[in-house]
Amino acid sequence: MSGLLKSSIGRKVAMALSGLFLVIFLTQHFVINSTAVIDPDTFNAWSHFMGTNPLVQFALQPVLIFGVVFHFVMGFVLELQNRKARPIKYANYKGGEAAPWTSRNMILSGLVILAFLGLHFYDFWIPEMIHKYVEFAPEDPTRYYAETVHKFESPVRVALYVISFVLLALHLWHGFASTFQSVGFNNAYSKGLSKFAKVWAVAIPVGFILIAVYLHLNQIPH
Amino acid sequence: MKLTLKIWRQKNAQAKGQMVTYPIDGIDGDMSFLEMMDVLNNKLISEGEEPVVFDHDCREGICGSCSMFINGEAHGPDRLVTTCQLHMRKFKDGETITIEPFRADGFPVIKDLMVDRSAFDRIQHAGGFISVNTSGNTQDANSIPIEKADADDAFAAATCIGCGACVASCKNASAMLFVSAKVSQFALLPQGQVEATDRVLNMVRQMDEEGFGNCTNTGACEVECPKGISLENIARMNREYLSASLKG
Repeated sequence: MSGLLKSSIGRKVAMALSGLFLVIFLTQHFVINSTAVIDPDTFNAWSHFMGTNPLVQFALQPVLIFGVVFHFVMGFVLELQNRKARPIKYANYKGGEAAPWTSRNMILSGLVILAFLGLHFYDFWIPEMIHKYVEFAPEDPTRYYAETVHKFESPVRVALYVISFVLLALHLWHGFASTFQSVGFNNAYSKGLSKFAKVWAVAIPVGFILIAVYLHLNQIPH
Repeated sequence: MKLTLKIWRQKNAQAKGQMVTYPIDGIDGDMSFLEMMDVLNNKLISEGEEPVVFDHDCREGICGSCSMFINGEAHGPDRLVTTCQLHMRKFKDGETITIEPFRADGFPVIKDLMVDRSAFDRIQHAGGFISVNTSGNTQDANSIPIEKADADDAFAAATCIGCGACVASCKNASAMLFVSAKVSQFALLPQGQVEATDRVLNMVRQMDEEGFGNCTNTGACEVECPKGISLENIARMNREYLSASLKG
């Protein structure tokens, strides 16, 4: 048991489980964000709850940050090991004949998502942390919707978000469906589960894109 | 057929290799790929050059010796065949064919297209067996009833010939398809249960020590495997490994 995380299979399972955790987080994030389109008051209420609830702030948030960091660090460790496993490359390698692009370029889509997370943290998380825990500014439960809408004023930012979500979809297209194989689940139900995972992998990022574009097109006058 | 062959030539394990181009003529579409290589080698010998070294043995797709990476794919462009079963009619007249050794840290090149696949033997030694007392009072294996589906899956896993095409095809040079087939062929049968925990732990440990990469579920191994070994075996090995790790 102690050596599990040192073994190739243990690491693969750890990648799958941390990925699955992030899939659940993304679903939750999408559901809350979608309320910005449906009803700004509901969005404010949820954002206020998530931003002030001690359990969310001091228990779930650190777990989420750990999950994200773990998934990225383990991804890089495995990528380095994998590169070392073939020190001399093929002169002619038809990777595309046998495996889809998404599965062969998880590190590339992962790096774009990492860069996006930097931008996303700069846009939302860092200002929130400063607002709450550095400036100790008084809480206004109605501020969230307007703040979010203004973040999407710039078309460049919206374009960056859209590109990132496309790469997120490509990452999830392979990642989510292959989670089940990694944890040892491959049976009669696998095809159906894989289809569900692929529909989800497209639907959630497309949903995020639609929200970003909607907020960009529905700016509140300053 | 007239062909241009670009072949990896490397004098020995320490030497730096390079691709060398050889034009070849008079190749019949019904020749196997290895027969085409024999024609080339005869030509090279007659011209006083050193022939291209490559692994081969049974030449009927059951020994797992032949190991070339042809035009970017293990065992060439055909499916469910080894290099010895690949026919020249799969190529076009005038085509340029690149021929490389299987590339992996766990499969160091010995010479030209011949690689050292003894890492697979060491993985097998670590647990790819059942300990049966052959003193004379051994129970007849056929007297133990086994579910048809389990017997079929075990047999399908046992068809792995250990050629290493899975490692060669995987972008990570992972050996998981091979190891999972060798784990599965026993995991599915009652005879394999006694040593099941140690088997999977020891074989995976040995696989990791040999320097193979990690499986990222691209599925390239399954596509290129000449015996059609299924990815289900890798899922089974993952289950076996997790269960064994929790027990151990």
